Amino acid sequence: MKVKKVLSLAAIILGIAGVILALIMDFSGSENPLRGAILVIGGLMVLAGFYFLPSKNHKKIINVLFLFPLLLAFTVTVIIPFIFGVFYSLTDWNGIKFENFVGLQNYITMFTSNDYMYSVVITFIFSAINIVLVNVIAFSLALLCTSKIKGKNYYRAAFFVPNLIGGIVLGYVWQFIFNKVLTVLIPGSVSMLTDPNLALLAIIIVSSWQYSGYIMMIYVTGLQGVPKDVLEASAVDGADRLTTLFRIKMPLIANTFTICIFLTLINSFKQFDLNFAITNGAPSRILNGVSILSTELLALNIYKTAISKNQYALGQTKAVVFFIVLAIISLTQVAISKKREVEM
Amino acid sequence: MKAQNVASTKNVAIDEIPEGRKKIGIFLLEILAIALVLLFLFPFFLVLINSAKQSADIIISPLNMPEKWGQLFTNMNNVIHNQNFNYWKSFFSSLFITAVSLVLISLFSSMAAWILVRNKTKWSNFIFMTLVAAMIIPFQVVMLPLLSTFRELSDFIGIRMLTSYKGLIFAYIGFGGSMSVFIFHGFIKSIPYELEEAALIDGCTPEGTFFRILFPLLKPIQVTVLILNGVWIWNDFLLPSLMLGLNGKIKTLPIAVTSFVGSYVKQWDLILTAALLAMLPIIVLFIFAQKQIIRGMVEGAIK
Repeated sequence: MKVKKVLSLAAIILGIAGVILALIMDFSGSENPLRGAILVIGGLMVLAGFYFLPSKNHKKIINVLFLFPLLLAFTVTVIIPFIFGVFYSLTDWNGIKFENFVGLQNYITMFTSNDYMYSVVITFIFSAINIVLVNVIAFSLALLCTSKIKGKNYYRAAFFVPNLIGGIVLGYVWQFIFNKVLTVLIPGSVSMLTDPNLALLAIIIVSSWQYSGYIMMIYVTGLQGVPKDVLEASAVDGADRLTTLFRIKMPLIANTFTICIFLTLINSFKQFDLNFAITNGAPSRILNGVSILSTELLALNIYKTAISKNQYALGQTKAVVFFIVLAIISLTQVAISKKREVEM
Repeated sequence: MKAQNVASTKNVAIDEIPEGRKKIGIFLLEILAIALVLLFLFPFFLVLINSAKQSADIIISPLNMPEKWGQLFTNMNNVIHNQNFNYWKSFFSSLFITAVSLVLISLFSSMAAWILVRNKTKWSNFIFMTLVAAMIIPFQVVMLPLLSTFRELSDFIGIRMLTSYKGLIFAYIGFGGSMSVFIFHGFIKSIPYELEEAALIDGCTPEGTFFRILFPLLKPIQVTVLILNGVWIWNDFLLPSLMLGLNGKIKTLPIAVTSFVGSYVKQWDLILTAALLAMLPIIVLFIFAQKQIIRGMVEGAIK
């Protein structure tokens, strides 16, 4: 017991010494490549020391040790960048450092720039059409896949497949279909991707195709949860199939509709991969005498503002507004679901 | 499956329709279903047939069957040995990143969730609420500061966080962690504490009760967490493209496809073969673990 205590205390002290040594090397500007290794080994020794240290507070130590890895990663990748992100939107940050505090200047620039306002508008149009299409297709497929036909599981799996493949790869495949296959299938036609409106429609088609199978599965789960005795009772009362569908099934799975509509809304609003791979914003369109990319949805607009145009502060500002809109959508969903739970 | 059959035979509304018409109705529905499946899978079919053609044939007749399927292997060979695509290297990079991230995410988040469920303090509540609230943060709002944070962190601790496996895996733990903790949290809450109590009384250490008693019980929910995170990480493009760069040393499969397309804008034979090779692993996996994958992805959404 005593030996264990001495050993673990030694590990803690050595570990702390290692960490301090690594930090001293850092501040003295040493380029020693072992710096990182010493730091990590020192940190691990401290953790191990505490773990093996015989102590009355062993349970508390375990609490901290078990939470530590996840919270470290979470803080460094989400919390710190998030706080900095909100802060940078108020400065002239260039991706590396900032010099001046500019207040709300970025927000003003953003709301007065044509390309951004255009992106806002088409993102809303895109999301609205996408929500309707995905949910109508998905619900119809779900009805089909819960009907009396044979081999339902195979059909479900087949509809689900597009959802498994990443939007980037699917996007390039569909770019090929729009540019090379459809133009041959309809002789004399030009590619949909060269027309501003049709190009947006193209992205809508692909994203409905990709996402419907997934939403369908959620509807299937909902429809299977409709109690059989309710359906029997309605049949005894002489309800035909349409009445059963509209008056019994659909109201009973109202919660599933809420989930699916919000999932589709958030998913459409965040669409990036397909947009990047199918059109990457093209083609251009002239609006008020200025040329703007016609299919640049918000997520792509943020990306391009920062990465391609190198306007990091402006891109970050757009991202903060993007976050606020999504937060409002999510909170609305929570409120609606809560309200419904109370009513049930 | 059985339960569903019972459910549909009891669908009395259909039973009232005469036997003959009912059969025709179902027959028509089956035809419709098959037609829709063909329509849904048609893009994959196009990829397959055009991967077995030469570039010129694709442009002239993208809808025809290939003249000889042997061309498929020629194209695959060209793509696999292409400097920009380097299939095996990107495949194993993707596999390594996904596998290590999954192991660490499921281990660390189940550990954290267990502590948060079993300790009802102000702190545990605060941490849990923060994790849940963070689920609505879109990636776009953290991606730019993430790069500068990681860059500065690399300088500070002397470990390369950008353009390295460890940095990317670390980021996946951070981004995947909150939802995984949330899912584990809900599941662990439903496991009676008496099980752990008994082990503790028998002299088991707290960490021992977790690894020996609780961890094995988490299996069903582990599958959900692994599938949900696995599909996301395997297909993810934006995070690795920002951290590793599009033309860096390490490429995941989606990045490899993108940089390949960038350098061969018109060579559809190679691009489609590359797409086919990128899809293949996950489709093969889906064929073997269909049920688990669908259930995992749907459960994750509803929770």
